[in-house]
Amino acid sequence: MIKLLKLFCILIMITSSALADTDGNLELSKKNKQVKDCFEPLNRASFALNQGLDKALFKPIAKGYRNLPPSVRVGTGNVINNISNLITIPNNVLQGDIKMAFINTGRLVVNTTIGLLGIIDVADNMGFPTYEKEDYGQTLGKWGVGPGCYIVLPVLGPSTLRDTAGSFVNVLGGDPWYHASINGNNEYLSENVFLASKVLGGVDFRANNLESFDNLEKNSMDFYASLKSLYIQDRKIKIENIKRGNIQVIYNDEGDWEEIDTK
Amino acid sequence: MKKKFFFILFSVFLIIGPNNAFTIEPDVFVQSTVNRASQILSKNISKEEKIKELRSIAMETVDINGVAYYSLGSARKNLDKNQKKKYLELFESYFLKSFSSRLAEYTNPQIEVKEKVFLNANYTIVSSILIGTSERPEVKIDWRIYTKNPDNPLIRDLIIEGLSLARTQKEEFASILNSNNNDIDVLFKSLEEFSKN
Repeated sequence: MIKLLKLFCILIMITSSALADTDGNLELSKKNKQVKDCFEPLNRASFALNQGLDKALFKPIAKGYRNLPPSVRVGTGNVINNISNLITIPNNVLQGDIKMAFINTGRLVVNTTIGLLGIIDVADNMGFPTYEKEDYGQTLGKWGVGPGCYIVLPVLGPSTLRDTAGSFVNVLGGDPWYHASINGNNEYLSENVFLASKVLGGVDFRANNLESFDNLEKNSMDFYASLKSLYIQDRKIKIENIKRGNIQVIYNDEGDWEEIDTK
Repeated sequence: MKKKFFFILFSVFLIIGPNNAFTIEPDVFVQSTVNRASQILSKNISKEEKIKELRSIAMETVDINGVAYYSLGSARKNLDKNQKKKYLELFESYFLKSFSSRLAEYTNPQIEVKEKVFLNANYTIVSSILIGTSERPEVKIDWRIYTKNPDNPLIRDLIIEGLSLARTQKEEFASILNSNNNDIDVLFKSLEEFSKN
């Protein structure tokens, strides 16, 4: 009960600041509004720290990981994706996408059993729709909560107040994998297993994006601003689920482009 | 009667013919552009030579001035004539360097054009797929094609898995300006330094 109250308070505090703008207007009332970088100096310091950690630690590990046989890397990625279903499914339900919740439950059952704890993506071979991760930050966005200020978390990287609130929900009861590992009374799971799964997820992501990040860094005049823009764009398309949607829906706002012809 | 018919036909050809004879469909334009780029990237030549050839394709197929104005956002309204001229020159060098060195990292990319969607008289979105390999997954790339002059379509943006390169660039420029009291000279200096390095 205390946990539930804590969760409620955190959500209220964070989402209210995400909804409120400096002029008191609601985020929702302004289409394609810029996400404010309220803590820019602090964010840039966090970013510099993360860049240092990346160069000294994450990138070399990711490069080593890339040298593993492809089957090992694919299997690891599959296991991480399979575990993430435990967060995706409740979020499918919270977003009202019951059909997708059933599909992802089927995917989780099939991959955990026939797919040997998720190592083999049997569901994909069976023709299940492409897996799209969902999280509590996306659900809050879907419910109309604005992103709030942009923040760069030490080690964890880019986020917004809304998405950070979403991550708190995981710890406060929203992530069955976290609870089974940390609080579960069984001999197979532990805090270390949970941490290992998170670290592996991070290494897998970094390894899959080695060239993209290098390329972006090399061709950016302000790498911090480029990553911020990409993070915000990525979250927007994930919340609206428009990554591979109807083009006319994706490109419905032409204001910026039309304006340059009337300069 | 026959003479009259041929006269009308000839007149129609004269009026319509020259205007439409060289109209290029945006999807055909994209496919031919990527084929040209792909040919260069698969050539057994040095990276510098590849960059040089890619730059010439970019000069022909990208609306560099349009992208330049878009990237500057509302700040373009505050520029005087000389500043605009200087900005366009600096942006062109910056863009060509950034664009060609980004592309030069790929070897023989296979891009398949899927569909085109007409947004309005000025823009058509061409949807394509960068075919996946054992090293990387399939990537969806949308091309924003500026079609105001249908005889000469031009690329204005690349949207990779929903992420717009032009928008990212615009926000990068805005960040540089915001951090420096909207001093356009700081942006000019950054563009200059990027092109030199």
